[in-house]
Amino acid sequence: MKKNKIEVKDLDLFYGDFHALKDVKVGIEEKVITSIIGPSGCGKSTLLRVLNRMNDLVEGIKITGSVKIDGQDVYSPNCDLVALRKQVGMVFQRPNPFPLSIYDNVIYGPRVHGEKDRDRLNALAEESLRSVLLFDELKDHLRDSALTLSLEQQQRLCIARLLAVCPEVILLDEPCSALDPYSTLKIEELLQTLKRDYTILIVTHNMQQAARASDFTFYMLLGEMIEYGETKQVFTSPQDPRTEEYITGRFG
Amino acid sequence: MKRAFEYFIEKLILLSGIASIIFVILIFIFLLREGLSLFAATNPLEFLFGRNWYPISDPPQFGILPLILGSLLVTLGAIIIAVPLGIAAAVYVAEIAPLWLRDILKSGIELLAAIPSIVLGFIGIATLAPMLKAVFHLPSGLTALAGSIMLAFMAMPTIVSIIEDSIVSVPKSYKEGSLALGATHWQTIYKVILPAASSGILAAIMLGIGRVVGETMAVLMITGNAAVLPTSFLQPVRTLTATIAAEMGEAVAGSSHYYALFAIGIVLFVISFVINLLADMFLHRKVK
Repeated sequence: MKKNKIEVKDLDLFYGDFHALKDVKVGIEEKVITSIIGPSGCGKSTLLRVLNRMNDLVEGIKITGSVKIDGQDVYSPNCDLVALRKQVGMVFQRPNPFPLSIYDNVIYGPRVHGEKDRDRLNALAEESLRSVLLFDELKDHLRDSALTLSLEQQQRLCIARLLAVCPEVILLDEPCSALDPYSTLKIEELLQTLKRDYTILIVTHNMQQAARASDFTFYMLLGEMIEYGETKQVFTSPQDPRTEEYITGRFG
Repeated sequence: MKRAFEYFIEKLILLSGIASIIFVILIFIFLLREGLSLFAATNPLEFLFGRNWYPISDPPQFGILPLILGSLLVTLGAIIIAVPLGIAAAVYVAEIAPLWLRDILKSGIELLAAIPSIVLGFIGIATLAPMLKAVFHLPSGLTALAGSIMLAFMAMPTIVSIIEDSIVSVPKSYKEGSLALGATHWQTIYKVILPAASSGILAAIMLGIGRVVGETMAVLMITGNAAVLPTSFLQPVRTLTATIAAEMGEAVAGSSHYYALFAIGIVLFVISFVINLLADMFLHRKVK
């Protein structure tokens, strides 16, 4: 039994009067891929955004309970938000490279965290692009605008941009929903190699993706955690009838 | 019957659509006809680069270089003041202010645009000019600097609202992406949001310049109106617009003075046309 990287307890979240997350409890192991599945609006993305506090941008939000990463409470008043977001990186639904050059995108993170040394930045850029298998393709085009890349390349670039700040946890919010099936497969392969070094959480609509690409699966419905366990077990012998209904496609 | 009606309506709309273009062309033709008559007597180069504007001496001299430089100096000053303030105000309104304050600020800025320029000129004479006079120990506070400050106020609403629009239209995903990498709000603003909004900012500056160059009443009142080559901001200057406004009443129709004022009008027209063209180019520039 590996130690838990992320520990969520008694988590409740309200948008105004709307109870979006209800008493969520989950412990997530280090260096595994966990997928969060469930129908639209069940709170998957909300849960993900709790972990790096991206929900802070939403007005009228209220969060109770405890969310610990490496034993540190994310919502304690002395949590350093910048450090948290370095530690817990996020990849979004639509690739969102900045309208800057490829190179400037990759080193954006290190730069805002104060790295000025050229050689160090170049090394980081190369290393990060190599990890997402973009370096050989793009090494002669690093000065081109990132917006000229294909969507798959853009999404890889966004992952590279994240790796450059050396996170420990990577949150992916439906990272393949804007990609075609072939590109999706490539990104999934990439996740398998990243698993060696990072704890990965992926929100997905695509149940095949969850079954293929994750070690653990977390099923949510209307803000509640219905089932959580090893992916194989959740998909072959779900404990809860509601999970079975969902994964067999009876609704959702 | 119905078809004839459709035809009639269609043509009517077409006519309204092209009316503004027709008006611009007519105005331009009128300006050209009146203004170009000057060049029967005066050399165009002498007109543009002559250093002396003595329209009623004998013989008259129509050199508008001091007026062009006066306009440029006042405009430059106004832009130097208004652009940093405008960017800061727009960033505050679009990114930082809480919702309730945002609405108040936006209507405040629009209200600033609604103040008639003569009122601003009046306030300038009554408050700003004496202040400048005291601060810089000048013989008179009516200077290029006074004009620049008042015009900065006039250009601000245009500049702030266009920059604010362009900041708001920066995709939210850029902001989220930057924050998620651990950038602070301020880093996100100046490293991602402002560069992404840069074409809107350039357009705002251009339209601000357009507003300032064409402004007449306030500058006429507070720049001191001395048609000499300006050497500093603390000196009275006279602008192209103020010259036309001040002298049109006394110029005899058909005299070379009268034509010279129209020729100044052509110069102003060309300047505004170029500025608007540039602003349009910036606004519609595709981000590559």
